[in-house]
Amino acid sequence: MRTIFAKTLLELAKENKDIVLLTADLGFKVFDEYRLALPKQFVNMGVAEQNMIGVAAGLALSGKKVYCYSMVPFLVMRPFEQIRVDVCNHNLNVTLVGVGGGLSYGMEGMTHHGFEDISLMRSLPGMTVTAPSDPIECEAITRESVEYKGPLFIRLGKNNDPILHNDKVKIRIGKGVVIGDNGEICLIATGSMLPVAKLVSKELAGNGLSPTLISMHTIKPLDVVLVARMAISHRAIFTIEEHSIIGGLGSAVAEYMMEEGHRCMFKKIGLPDKYCSHIGDHNFLKDKCGLTVENIKQQILAVLNKGEG
Amino acid sequence: MMEYKEFKALANQIRRDVIEYSYKTKSTHIASNFSIIEILTALYFEQINISPKSKFDDNRDKFILSKGHACLSLYIILEKLGFISKETLNRFSVNDGSLEHHPRRMLEMGIEVSSGSLGHGLSVAAGMALAAKMDNRSSNVYVLMSDGEVNEGSVWEAALFAGHHGFDNLVAIVDYNKMQALGETKDVINLGSLAEKFRSFGWSAVDIDGHNHAEIMDTFNKLPFERGKPNVIISNSVKGKGVSFMEMNLLWHYRTPDDEEYKLALDELNRQL
Repeated sequence: MRTIFAKTLLELAKENKDIVLLTADLGFKVFDEYRLALPKQFVNMGVAEQNMIGVAAGLALSGKKVYCYSMVPFLVMRPFEQIRVDVCNHNLNVTLVGVGGGLSYGMEGMTHHGFEDISLMRSLPGMTVTAPSDPIECEAITRESVEYKGPLFIRLGKNNDPILHNDKVKIRIGKGVVIGDNGEICLIATGSMLPVAKLVSKELAGNGLSPTLISMHTIKPLDVVLVARMAISHRAIFTIEEHSIIGGLGSAVAEYMMEEGHRCMFKKIGLPDKYCSHIGDHNFLKDKCGLTVENIKQQILAVLNKGEG
Repeated sequence: MMEYKEFKALANQIRRDVIEYSYKTKSTHIASNFSIIEILTALYFEQINISPKSKFDDNRDKFILSKGHACLSLYIILEKLGFISKETLNRFSVNDGSLEHHPRRMLEMGIEVSSGSLGHGLSVAAGMALAAKMDNRSSNVYVLMSDGEVNEGSVWEAALFAGHHGFDNLVAIVDYNKMQALGETKDVINLGSLAEKFRSFGWSAVDIDGHNHAEIMDTFNKLPFERGKPNVIISNSVKGKGVSFMEMNLLWHYRTPDDEEYKLALDELNRQL
């Protein structure tokens, strides 16, 4: 995913000399082509994320379109207050590109995992929060980001993410993508959980359910029109994300549905509210934290059975 | 350069205005304002290339008051220069007002950046300096920090960065008044020689008496101090300068004058004219 981001941004930056890419000393090999082609539009800020965000604000206040790159926790947690005061408060055109959302840096351990980021970024006024689920979404969001007004967070996985959409699908920030709109239940997934949700969908088809699947690549602003449509036309909604069950996609959907009085069955599926005590790679940790196809399927069936009981 | 007498009268007037507005609105941080009056006055009246006419000009110089708590003197100066109206200034520190106790970016009033949380201004200024270099603009970026502020690690991240890239269009001023919120800097976090610290980060640094008009102007006239290095002025100052009972007295970081203190302070300032 970061490869497609780097490739797309290079293409865009060649056309727009106001684009500046800052990295906090991360992205080995990812930006080689970019920095060679556009050395004046690239700065390695060193391992100094607070300064990177402050400098990004200074550049953006001077008319630049700035992209800041680092791993999710170092990008949005370490300099949270710089993002709040310098970027969001001034409503600047700064795009934060975080790699390693969720548990994707598995074996690197807790410091490198990012599962509270959506919650944090969602709480900032004016911040747009996205988590593309495949390279097609990533490319589309990157392209749209150039003219996008205000701060934007793009949460990426690590790499090697499968292509899920065909390239004809229209991706717009703030608009969920509907994949098969005929089920009695609806799965809303974001980021890295879309491929898992797709498999869950297939499995459920074997149980006589064929869920409607939504790729909700934008968590804020939430596509509430789509959520409303799903809530009215479906018996149950399930949100699936590789993020804490507190404050992420599930919370956003729940807040909206509750306030609007939608009373269909609902469950948030995500990472539990605790630090992962296991050691292992990405897939192993997802397994241990319950984000497997089988476990998600069972959780969904349990909710549906309870609803019928 | 302004005549010394004229400058002294101007600085004195700004101090009296600070007392008036602090008294009237029960606002704090008088002493933090008083230590920067001369440097801020000289910067705005005699140095920086910005005026109400050029406030949206891409080639203007920029100023960030990173020690945002001392904004009252900045507002007063901006009013005297015509960036903001007297009416607006009179809506300082009132409900539904126009100006609060830390600056909010309002370019039409000449305020470039919102500040108040310490340790942000130098990074933002470095970003502005970088943008000016990228666009081949000759404008300078000035940022005024407090000494307590340089306790923040982010200041030194920015100092390393600016030093590495050699932004000679960046001018940092540290108001070294030797006091911070809970005590003297030497007792809280001893800063020692700030000039030496910045030099070791690749900056060109000068130590000056922050209340001496001639020395301030002489220093401004030497900018950039060295080609290819960012500039830092360590402005050695007296917290609360100008009113004897406020000088180097921690209380006046917080206190607003009562009726008697208000009169005493104004009397003392009037006598200096």
